[in-house]
Amino acid sequence: MDWELILKVYPYFLEAAWVTIQLSVLTVALGLVCGALGAAARLSRFALLRFLGAAYVSVIRGTPALIQLFLLYFGGPQIGIQLDAFEAGVIGLGINIGAYMTETMRGAIISVDRGQGEAARTLGLSQFQAFRKVVLPQALRLMIRPLGVNINAQIKGTALVAAISVVELTYTAQRYIGSTYKPFEMFMLSGLLYMAIIYATGKGITYLDSRVRLQ
Amino acid sequence: MTDPQHFVEIRHAQKSYGKFEVLKDISLTVERGQIVAIIGPSGSGKSTLLRAINDLDPLTGGEIWLDGVQVNKKLPHRQYEKHINAMRQHVGMVFQHFNLFPHLTVRENVTMAPKLLKGISEDEANKLAEEQLNHVGMIERIDYYPSQLSGGQKQRVAIARALAMRPKLMLFDEATSALDPELVEEVNQVMKTLAEEHMTMIIVTHEMDFAASVCDRVLFMDQGVVVEEGPPEKVFRNPDQERTREFLRKHLEGAK
Ligand SMILES: Nc1ncnc2c1ncn2[C@@H]1O[C@H](COP(=O)(O)OP(=O)(O)OP(=O)(O)O)[C@@H](O)[C@H]1O
Ligand SMILES: [Mg+2]
Repeated sequence: MDWELILKVYPYFLEAAWVTIQLSVLTVALGLVCGALGAAARLSRFALLRFLGAAYVSVIRGTPALIQLFLLYFGGPQIGIQLDAFEAGVIGLGINIGAYMTETMRGAIISVDRGQGEAARTLGLSQFQAFRKVVLPQALRLMIRPLGVNINAQIKGTALVAAISVVELTYTAQRYIGSTYKPFEMFMLSGLLYMAIIYATGKGITYLDSRVRLQ
Repeated sequence: MTDPQHFVEIRHAQKSYGKFEVLKDISLTVERGQIVAIIGPSGSGKSTLLRAINDLDPLTGGEIWLDGVQVNKKLPHRQYEKHINAMRQHVGMVFQHFNLFPHLTVRENVTMAPKLLKGISEDEANKLAEEQLNHVGMIERIDYYPSQLSGGQKQRVAIARALAMRPKLMLFDEATSALDPELVEEVNQVMKTLAEEHMTMIIVTHEMDFAASVCDRVLFMDQGVVVEEGPPEKVFRNPDQERTREFLRKHLEGAK
């Protein structure tokens, strides 16, 4: 283990970790928005929206995220979408994780007992009121842990944007290997930093989940 | 169609799931203050009929009238939603599995709908909760969560929640079937109190003794039709129909 080298390069890795964190936060935020819209569409009263929601999920989950990313970044300009690598990474991966989050959210909503919505409707609440006041608060509690699984996958998934040269943890490791020929040290370093990010996020999710547990 | 003469009027109710006819031309009237029990074997359509009254399971044919207004009238979607939400405020429903809102306290379970739909103040809501929970003997548990209550207590809170909307009609779908035997009586007591206060009630039940003691009329349903109907003394002691007799006999044997 070349400690001297590690001490020399680690500040660059910390910078790269910060980019990975930004990518993670932004893709997860976009994913949550896409997931909420997707779940709403999949559970809609309108057949067209249900179809669009289902199509979104099956197209995204049925193709590699890397292909989606390449399509957006390299193929985009051909149809007039000009994005820099970071933007393409956020949008591509956000839309990607959104499909998985769609299914997570939909699953949580439909696993709330049907009798809950019925009891609310019986009291005279509208469909929307029953959803907001009774079904959603229970669904939110059910979806925190599975969304945590999606988020965990997404943090690791940001490594894909190395392929379009975003200078994040994975790309940085590869770059320094090129000049130092020390792949063991470099990959160890970025692996540890990924682990730290994932560990902290996991703690956050567990805390959130324990706060909202049903009595 | 003639105007309704009765408080609740069900006219030729029909309900199918695909080819399967669950309710076949059922007619029924209930007067203000009357208590009607619906009995019958599993799958005979009792819940379906009850749930049609507040449109949880809309009919595929026939009409339901409540206090001079048709519940299932034909309206465009949005208008119908408005109409049915307003109708449901007048009809309380109690479920076999209570369906209390687990994320809300007992107080919040009772006050949520009145606060949301009638715009009452926090003070009024608290008074209402206390009044209704006193009524069902649950005032001590006002700040508990449903998971901290026994089945009988849950059901009493569920009744208070329904009563807080000040309904004109209460529907009970086997309110005591999910309870341990020793908890049944406390819920029956609450229902008896309501009976003494002349609440109009339609009660689906498997408890013949209870039905006999509180009801003005009993309806025996089988395979989607009303086989027999009359005062409890008649239907329980001296039914006209062979099917009724057989059901009661089997039920008695089952209870032993
Ligand atoms: N959503 C549905 N789709 C198809 N069939 C249904 C549906 N809901 C109810 N049924 C059928 O309708 C019939 C009547 O059901 P219902 O629940 O009204 O019976 P019930 O008299 O309340 O029985 P129980 O005493 O078991 O509660 C049953 O045969 C049931 O299988
Ligand atoms: Mg039933």
